[in-house]
Amino acid sequence: MRTAVQPKSRPRPVRFRGRSYMAFALAPELPIADWLADIDGAIARSPGFFSGRPAVLDLAGLTLPTAEILSLIKALEERGIRIMGLEGGDADYGPELPPVLTSGRPTASADAGPAEPEPPRSAEVTRLVPAAAPPSAASLTIDVPVRSGQTIYHPHGDVIVLGAVSSGAEVVAGGSIHIYGTLRGRAMAGAGGDRRARIFCRRIEAELLAISGYYRTVDDLEASLRSRPIQAWLEGETMLIAALD
Amino acid sequence: MANVVVVTSGKGGVGKTTTTAALGAALAQAGQTVAVVDFDVGLRNLDLVLGAERRVVFDLINVVQGAAKLQQALIRDKRIETLWLLPASQTRDKDALTDEGVARVIDELRQRFDWVLCDSPAGIERGAQLAMRHADQAVIVTNPEVSSVRDSDRIIGLLDAKTVRAERGERIAKHVLVTRFDPARASRGEMLGIADIVEILSLPLLGIIPESQEVLRASNLGTPVVLSNPASAPALAYTEAARRLEGEDLDIVIPAEKRGLFTKLFGRRAA
Repeated sequence: MRTAVQPKSRPRPVRFRGRSYMAFALAPELPIADWLADIDGAIARSPGFFSGRPAVLDLAGLTLPTAEILSLIKALEERGIRIMGLEGGDADYGPELPPVLTSGRPTASADAGPAEPEPPRSAEVTRLVPAAAPPSAASLTIDVPVRSGQTIYHPHGDVIVLGAVSSGAEVVAGGSIHIYGTLRGRAMAGAGGDRRARIFCRRIEAELLAISGYYRTVDDLEASLRSRPIQAWLEGETMLIAALD
Repeated sequence: MANVVVVTSGKGGVGKTTTTAALGAALAQAGQTVAVVDFDVGLRNLDLVLGAERRVVFDLINVVQGAAKLQQALIRDKRIETLWLLPASQTRDKDALTDEGVARVIDELRQRFDWVLCDSPAGIERGAQLAMRHADQAVIVTNPEVSSVRDSDRIIGLLDAKTVRAERGERIAKHVLVTRFDPARASRGEMLGIADIVEILSLPLLGIIPESQEVLRASNLGTPVVLSNPASAPALAYTEAARRLEGEDLDIVIPAEKRGLFTKLFGRRAA
C-alpha cells in the first residue's frame, strides 16, 4: 500500500541555492546614443570583451520610461551584451523588463576605460590607502600551462603560473598575477577591485591585460614592448606597462 | 596490455584520419597488432583512406549498441595482416554512441590488440570527448598555422580534464605531430615554425610530416602513405613517428631542410 502513489504525502522539497556572480554593471549616460557609440568603440577595440558575460544595467540617476529602457536593452543585445537585471533605478519597472537587483557590491569598475594612456595627472598620484583592503589570501600556484579555453579564477590572493598562458586562456586573480612563461591570453589582476595589483610576465604576447577593471589590449601596446618581460600596474586611471629587462 | 591512442586536433582537415591510417599501418608493419577505430560517426573517412569502404558490413555503432559482435565488425587489412579497422557508421550520428558502450568496446579491443588508435572527429564536443575518453596516449595533429595550434591547445586542455586517466588524477602521454609542414614557407614567416609550435603547445614532438602530394595521392588510392610509397618523405616521417610512439628515441630532422632551421626562424607569433 505504501508503495502506491502518494498523492498528498510530503511534497518533495525544492532546493534553492543562493549564489553570487560577477557581472558587468553598465551605467548608461545621457544622451544614450553617444553612450552607445562609446560602447561600440570599446567593442571595436576588443571584440568579444562582453561576449558570454552577464551584465546588469545600472539606472541610478536616470529616469527613463519603460519603452526607452526596453529599446536600450535591445540595442545592447544587438551588440552581444545581454542584460540580466536592472539596478539603481527607483521606479517600479514592469514585468517586461529584467528583474531589479539590489545589494550589489561594487568590485572592479569594469570601465571600458581609456585605451590610450593618458598623461598621468599629478594630483591623482596620491597613494591609494585602501578604504577596504581586500583580504589577503594564499596565492595559487599553477605548474602546468594554462590552455586555450581554460580559466584560472582565484578571487583572493595572487596567481603564479609557471608555464605559459595560451591564446584564449584567462587568468583572473584578486591580487597580482605572475607568469613565468609567455602570456598570450588574458590576465585580469585585482579582480576584486584591488588597484595595487600588478601583472608580471616573462614575455608578453597577451590579448588583454586588466587591473581592477581598467584594461588594455595589446594592440595598443608599444611595439618595443612586444615579446619582452613586462610588468603592468595602475597609476590613477591609467594602466602603465614597462619592460623588466 | 594494449596502448589506446587518440588521434585528435580540435580543428578539422588537419590530417587526423591520414595520420591514424599511416601510424596504424606503420605500427602493424613493425609486427604489432593494431586496431584503428573511426570515431567520426556520420562523416566516416578512415575506411576510404584504408581502401576498405566496400567491405564494411557492421560498424562501431552496431557494436556499441550490442547489435553486432566486435569480431563481425572488425575488417582485416588486405595488405598487412595485423592491421584491423573498426569503421564508423555513415548513416547515424554521434548521439548513438553511449559512454558505457564505448567503454566496453575499447575494453574488448584492449584484450585483442597491442595498439588501439582512435580517429577522433573534429571539434571539442561529445564525439571528440568520447574518442579521447579511454586513451592512454594522445597524438595531437597540428598544422603550422595559428588557428590550428590554438585549437590543439584547447584539445590538450580537454585531454587533461575529460579523460578517464585525468579523472583518476593521472596524466596521459601527449605528443604533437605537425603535418603539412613546408620548411620554405616557414622560413619565410608564412607559416609557424616548429620552434614556435613546440613553445606554444609545450609538448614533445612526435614528428614532422612534410607537405607532399604523396599524401593526397595515397588517400585517393585508399592506401596509407607508408604503404603506397614507403620511400617518400611523408612515409619516412610517419614510420619514424610510429617508432617514437613505441618509445624509441629518434632525433627529429626537419624534412627537406636540414640546415640551420633555428637561425632562420622569424619572429612570427601566434595570435
